[in-house]
Amino acid sequence: MTSAQAAEAARVSINLGASNRRDRVIGGIFFGFLILSLAVGLVTLAVLIITTLIDGVPYLTKQLLLNPPSADPAKAGARPAILASLYLGVLLIAFAVPIGIGTAVYLEEYAKKERWYNRFLEVNIQNLAAVPSIVYGILGLAFIVRGIGLGRVLLAGAIILTLVVLPTVIVASREALRAVPDSIRQGAYALGATKWQVVRRQVLPAAIPGMATGSILGVSRGIGETAPLLLVGALTYVAINPSLFGPFTALPIQIFQWIGRPQDEFKFLAAAAIIVLLLMLLTLNAVAIFLRNRYQKKW
Amino acid sequence: MTEAETETRQIRELQVGRLHDGPTPRGSQTVVFDCEDVHVHYGKALALKGVSMQVYKNYVTAFIGPSGCGKSTFIRCFDRMNDLIDSARIEGQILYHGQDLYGPDVDPVEVRKLIGMVFQKPNPFPKSIYDNIAFGPRVLGMKDGLDDRVEHALQRAALWDEVKDRLKDNAFGLSGGQQQRLCIARCIAVDPEVILMDEPCSALDPISTSSIEDLMVELKKDYTIVIVTHNMQQAARVADMTAFFSVELRDDGGRTGLLVEYDETTKIFTNPADKRTEDYVTGRFG
Repeated sequence: MTSAQAAEAARVSINLGASNRRDRVIGGIFFGFLILSLAVGLVTLAVLIITTLIDGVPYLTKQLLLNPPSADPAKAGARPAILASLYLGVLLIAFAVPIGIGTAVYLEEYAKKERWYNRFLEVNIQNLAAVPSIVYGILGLAFIVRGIGLGRVLLAGAIILTLVVLPTVIVASREALRAVPDSIRQGAYALGATKWQVVRRQVLPAAIPGMATGSILGVSRGIGETAPLLLVGALTYVAINPSLFGPFTALPIQIFQWIGRPQDEFKFLAAAAIIVLLLMLLTLNAVAIFLRNRYQKKW
Repeated sequence: MTEAETETRQIRELQVGRLHDGPTPRGSQTVVFDCEDVHVHYGKALALKGVSMQVYKNYVTAFIGPSGCGKSTFIRCFDRMNDLIDSARIEGQILYHGQDLYGPDVDPVEVRKLIGMVFQKPNPFPKSIYDNIAFGPRVLGMKDGLDDRVEHALQRAALWDEVKDRLKDNAFGLSGGQQQRLCIARCIAVDPEVILMDEPCSALDPISTSSIEDLMVELKKDYTIVIVTHNMQQAARVADMTAFFSVELRDDGGRTGLLVEYDETTKIFTNPADKRTEDYVTGRFG
């Protein structure tokens, strides 16, 4: 071997062994931190669910689902609250989804971004999403219950929850519209389609799965809300089935009320009602996940 | 002779050798587009300045030139696709069969019915092959004989034999080249007079490119075709007329495109009048 060859061999000698121990240690610590963060969430959730199940499952009976509330825990049920929560969910979908999607379509497809009022709208919708829900409750009390004199009825509650949920639905729908590639719009325009035809026949069908998913998640948040409903006058004791213009309660409020009772049995009933509420929300979320997986488009 | 010069000569011989019979004399051709001093602005920036040229019926007209020279901007003036960009502003005049394309009574939607466009990246709709082709006729209200129309369009785009048994399948399942031919068929389905193609082969492999080029030569019997291309050989192979665009630096540091030379393709590639064209087609620049 000549000296030149030796030098070349030395130059290309490759070290495949571990180097830089310090980086590895730091990497390990970082990974440990990630696992810990995850554990905090998971353990909390597990403890909550397990304790609730232990307390609630024995009380998850026909009585809970079918009876009206009562001062006697042996007879008390949550039928009016469960029904009212279902009604609220249906009304929320009926109100929040069309308005939310409409707003999103305007902002994404029609609004000229350089106009000041459109930018103003955008910023405001983002701000609305951050407004605490109790503030919506106060608004509802002032303008809907008293202002237009609707009274403390189910419809008023649904309107307030719609306002709470709207920003979420709008943001999710805009994301879905933005995910539709511009080349699709251009292709449709190039064939001589009008704006309405492009939106109706290309953009909306492509965005609907994403919009549905976002809307359902928004609605499921609304069903779990308590504070704004308390303010617009959801009552804690309603023995009759809810109606659009009648007094109402809702599951979260029924739970809140039972927890405050001194008797232990009411606490167990509350746990059972929590399970019912959780099942309703999980069902909605499952529908959202199903829609997403089934119809989501890959571009 | 240096190596570079030999290579250049070989390329030229190749190009000239592959040119088809040559266009009919220009004087006798109908003028489809007559452009007079067209300027395009995006906001304050001048993207293209002072283009004057004529596009002839049943010709393939190619726009070549380096990136940023405004050739894509220009082709999008013909079907008013620039209208979709809020900041775009067009000055000058483009006459389509003598009628001002940017006249006050002109509806861009009507313009696009007569002047179709195929894009750089194949952009099939997320629908079945059949519905992709049928979309145009449906929105334009051409509902009679839809099946025949779809079949005819696919046949003209040389795609029918490959897809006739799976018209209900999603168009995304087609290969890139098939998708692009689908987009051409989609365009043909609404009976346009002109087909604009904005770098239709830039996302395709050589075999698909070759099939699209054959298609262009075939389609020009019935349609007027304008194509933007980065590929000079492609222009040499398919175009009757070629326009060479170039860029110049503005004082504010931006780039403005301009038309350098427009002539019969043979002349552009073998005997260009402008030094800049010669530098570009011989590969010395761009």
